[in-house]
Amino acid sequence: MAYRDEQLSEEKVFKDPVHRYIHVRDQVIWDLIGTPEFQRLRRIRQLGTCYLTFHGAEHSRFNHSLGVYEIVRRIASNFTDRPNWDPKERLLCLAAALLHDLGHGPFSHSFEKVFKLDHEDFTQAILLGDTKVNEVLNKVDKNFAKDVADVINKTYKNKLVVSLISSQIDADRMDYLQRDAYFTGVSYGHFDMERILRVMRPMEDQVVVKESGMHAVEDYIMSRYQMYWQVYFHPVTRSAEVILSKILHRAKELYEKDYTFKLEPTHFLSFFKGEPTLSEYLGLDESIALYYFQMWMQEDDEILSDLCDRFVNRRLFKYIEFNPNSQMAEWMELYKLFQKAGLNPDYYLVVDSSSDLPYDFYRPGEEGERLPIHLLLPNQELKELSRLSEIVESISGKKRTDHKLYVPQDVLDNMSSRSKTKKRIMEILYG
Amino acid sequence: MLENHAKLMQFFSSSEAIVGRKRLQKMIYILKKCEVPFEERYQFHFYGPYSEELTLRIEEMCNLGFISETKEEKKNYYQYRYQVTDAGREFMEHYEESLPPLNAHIDAMNEKSSRFLELVSTMLFFEHLPKDEISEKVFSVKSTQNYTDEDIKDGWNFIESLRKFH
Repeated sequence: MAYRDEQLSEEKVFKDPVHRYIHVRDQVIWDLIGTPEFQRLRRIRQLGTCYLTFHGAEHSRFNHSLGVYEIVRRIASNFTDRPNWDPKERLLCLAAALLHDLGHGPFSHSFEKVFKLDHEDFTQAILLGDTKVNEVLNKVDKNFAKDVADVINKTYKNKLVVSLISSQIDADRMDYLQRDAYFTGVSYGHFDMERILRVMRPMEDQVVVKESGMHAVEDYIMSRYQMYWQVYFHPVTRSAEVILSKILHRAKELYEKDYTFKLEPTHFLSFFKGEPTLSEYLGLDESIALYYFQMWMQEDDEILSDLCDRFVNRRLFKYIEFNPNSQMAEWMELYKLFQKAGLNPDYYLVVDSSSDLPYDFYRPGEEGERLPIHLLLPNQELKELSRLSEIVESISGKKRTDHKLYVPQDVLDNMSSRSKTKKRIMEILYG
Repeated sequence: MLENHAKLMQFFSSSEAIVGRKRLQKMIYILKKCEVPFEERYQFHFYGPYSEELTLRIEEMCNLGFISETKEEKKNYYQYRYQVTDAGREFMEHYEESLPPLNAHIDAMNEKSSRFLELVSTMLFFEHLPKDEISEKVFSVKSTQNYTDEDIKDGWNFIESLRKFH
């Protein structure tokens, strides 16, 4: 029997708090799960620094990747014998779902920003490079690794396959919304996924939803909307992200200035230089990054040691709402006052904008901008969701953005109460 | 602070108006590929390279009042027009121009259809591949657009002319 068709003698099941069970029957999928590159995802948290806000949010990209696989497995099973669905694409969909986040690094959002990396490039490199994952994929056939890479890169010729993993109603989002809600403990993020899966239909180049399932999709869109503001854009998580990115900036800056670290930052050197190889990239996970942050608490550089202490011991910056339009003059004055007070404003006076965050809302958009969610009407016509749903229309037209100013409130509090600089800083910050 | 917003403001200031979100997305991507240092990250989507970061940043700039967004009803869809406001011009006074002059690039792109810009940005997305593979890839992922060999040739000429501007 060809490797692609090989089945395990007995189905393997993973107990899962979101989907109850994750079922694996294909030998290829089982082998992929066992590779070191996939197992590494256990050491990368799904929500980065969010655990400093919601203590339950310790779940990993490993959990999430299995969840996305399970959803696609169920969709593929529902699509069997439907028009536009080619059962030969099933294994490709499952493998792409399982491996779609393979290139994420430690605290990937901040790491990628500071070191100017893109996890998508590393996903491609792992799939196509000298890795165990690539070995397994190549056993299926010589083009399989490339096809999986194309699906994840969204450049595969069959757009229907791509849309299962990446569209505005895809398996990735359906898993992370429910999983993040479960692990953070919030009551948002829940929706009737079973119903959505039942009313999904494969079309030539996209997945659509029968009009009768519109209310289930509305629920999904509302969950997504609430999760963004209640969890993903949480100001305390953003404070942790700000400190994390400043730690990385400081460590890089010190390296560039030939600072002698007490502990040679071996795992970070290639990141500081800007050219980590694939094995160097894979060699740095969150457990190692956190080890360095603990060690850097002992460094002589006061900024690095303070920022690391703040991150490890959760002494985060406080925030105030900030309007860069009306408060530009105040910000410039604050910048000078911080310098006067001996606080480096590049590290201790930080504006964070909602566009710095990686999560997106549902947008019907303009024609040709990004594919929206389409409902399939009884006459087989397709209609964009917000044209039929007043609920979706009402939230998708709203633009909610914000900017926050983060400062080390504890340091400001400890400044002498007679200090004019402190008085003026406090006046600007709190009126 | 807001350095990436300031770069985008310089882009908007280099043209009287930018009409169409799809066009805007593709223009910034093409400029990035011409070594203009925009930081917005792009992924390939149904209609070619697309940046969610850019979309969010534009929304922020609209909300801050730095650019105006006008929604125009077309036959089957909406189209958006973007222009710099007085508040936007004032914001820019706090920043030194960090990008090279963009007027020539923008004028050249504004003369082209968004369908053509979609083609050019898609070609650039696959630029790391050998040239004949790029054409193959474009025909494969853009099968519904019915691009021809002639379109691809025009695309390469256009890319070459843009890159000569600086």
